Amino acid sequence: MQEGQADPGLYDFARYRERPRISWPGGKTVAVWVAPNLEYYEIDPPANPHRKSWTKPHPDVVGYAHRDHSNRVSHWRMADAMTKHGFPGSVSLSISLCQHHPAVVADANERGWEFFSHGVYNTRYTYGMDEAQERALIEDSIHTVREATGQTIRGWLAPALTHTPRTLDLIAEYGLDYTCDLYHDDQPGPVKVKSGKLISMPYSLEVNDHYGFFVYNMSPRDYADTLIRQYERLAEEGAESGTVMCIPLHAYLIGQPHRIGPFEEVLRHIAADGRAWIARAGEIADHYYAHHYAEAAHGA
Amino acid sequence: MALDPACLDYPRRAEGYDHDLYPWSAIRDRKPIVWPEGKSVAVWLCVSLEWFPITPSDTPFRAPGHMATAYPDFRHYTAREYGTRVGFYRLLDAFKKAGVTASIATNGAIAERYPDIIADILADGHEIIAHSTDMNGTIATGLAEADERALIEQSLASIEAAGAPRPTGWLSIARSQSWNTPALLKEAGFDYSCDWVNDELPYAFNNGLINLPLNHELSDRQIITVQQQSADSYARQMEDAFDYLSGEAASHGGRMLPLHITPYIMALPYRIAAFEALLGRLAARPEAWFATGAQITTAWKAQQ
Repeated sequence: MQEGQADPGLYDFARYRERPRISWPGGKTVAVWVAPNLEYYEIDPPANPHRKSWTKPHPDVVGYAHRDHSNRVSHWRMADAMTKHGFPGSVSLSISLCQHHPAVVADANERGWEFFSHGVYNTRYTYGMDEAQERALIEDSIHTVREATGQTIRGWLAPALTHTPRTLDLIAEYGLDYTCDLYHDDQPGPVKVKSGKLISMPYSLEVNDHYGFFVYNMSPRDYADTLIRQYERLAEEGAESGTVMCIPLHAYLIGQPHRIGPFEEVLRHIAADGRAWIARAGEIADHYYAHHYAEAAHGA
Repeated sequence: MALDPACLDYPRRAEGYDHDLYPWSAIRDRKPIVWPEGKSVAVWLCVSLEWFPITPSDTPFRAPGHMATAYPDFRHYTAREYGTRVGFYRLLDAFKKAGVTASIATNGAIAERYPDIIADILADGHEIIAHSTDMNGTIATGLAEADERALIEQSLASIEAAGAPRPTGWLSIARSQSWNTPALLKEAGFDYSCDWVNDELPYAFNNGLINLPLNHELSDRQIITVQQQSADSYARQMEDAFDYLSGEAASHGGRMLPLHITPYIMALPYRIAAFEALLGRLAARPEAWFATGAQITTAWKAQQ
């Protein structure tokens, strides 16, 4: 990025009409990917000078235990619903989960899910890191996930969405293919980096279960309805040029007993609709790089 | 300038938790639980019965629902008292009508000030859980250990002085504990506490104290007060949860649905009917075992 500039220079403006047409495999109109956040929050993390982890003195019992629910109860509930309806996960992974609860990571790996890095802990932030520290974080991510799963990470969602001006350049330099940190579009697109290539993979804050339940205070059925409306609109517009819908999840939210039933109806709806290319983020990136990246990046 | 290297040091990055309070366990790996009479879903009603001094304390933090205006905050003081004088009796009637028993998480001050309430709770066969002294009795790290020990003892003493048996369960205000709380609760002789929301069945802390998870996401405070949803929506959500847990129980063993109720929230005239109807529908479900916290933890413990 252009550090200190009013426009960070992340990408070129491209209006939502007359773009080069994106076509997904099989004539599908919308690529749907599900992004479970498999996270570990520390009970007593050191303080980052730029952001506090917990609002209360440690231990923040409800904050910590709520998130721990994922790794004891709701991961499997969420994952079983996804598997039942044919949705693989592309995991936003706190890589330390590979050490703390390897059974959770192994379960996701055995289901054929893809992993990208979401930092070491969701209680450690990138703010304030120098280049060497940020490189160490990226290298740790690559090595830890490879050792635990055999997979090489291809994407990045910054831990707790904390970035430095170098983050995107560095992940591209290390050969990662996509970032989930930019929210400017419903289609993938090139991101400007110093070396290598990088694309933005549409993630979502707006239909993230955290926003649904803790920003917009939706009921479980309202959230399910929101996802279906999001899907219907993107599937319709995707007939012109393929769109991407991401469903970002946290098991401790979507996997609560009053929410998982309505959510399953969303998966059933999308799976039965016929217009969805249900894919992993890496498959969407592969297709985009192979067929659409060059044209979109031309002149960029 | 670099970030403090301590921010990239991970001293507890190893298998298991980054603390020694309780061991990791995935619910699906555990031996399936069977509730009494072959029921598959334990429904645990837990009511928080609280007294808010009109002189709020912020040490260590101000309790949720506490005074909000400049002194004297008549509106919140009296609206909370409404829950105790009127709303709680609507709940007692609703429980009786549905033929169910509940756990009443009771501030010691309620027992000191309104001993009739304690007698009414006991007469209907409900359990009393200790729930601090009054709503100034919050706990968090920073509260001196001796003060926390005294707060716990005072909570128990007030309830016992009103003629109730010594409670075996504990609920902290806002489920907030200090690092000392699990040890102090064990020391005070409690069988279980309800503060950690990380599970859906009882489990044991390393010190032997049982944690009976009282899901805050399913509480009337979260759904109605925080998320601003209607009582009808709340009731629908509880039934959706019951349906899901009932299905899960068929393949994974007994499950539990904790309903955390607050008199000044749920027992208002325009909300109580939705709650009564929900209780009636749940009580009619053949899978439902309405039980107190003590009954649930006892049934669980017998199967460990």
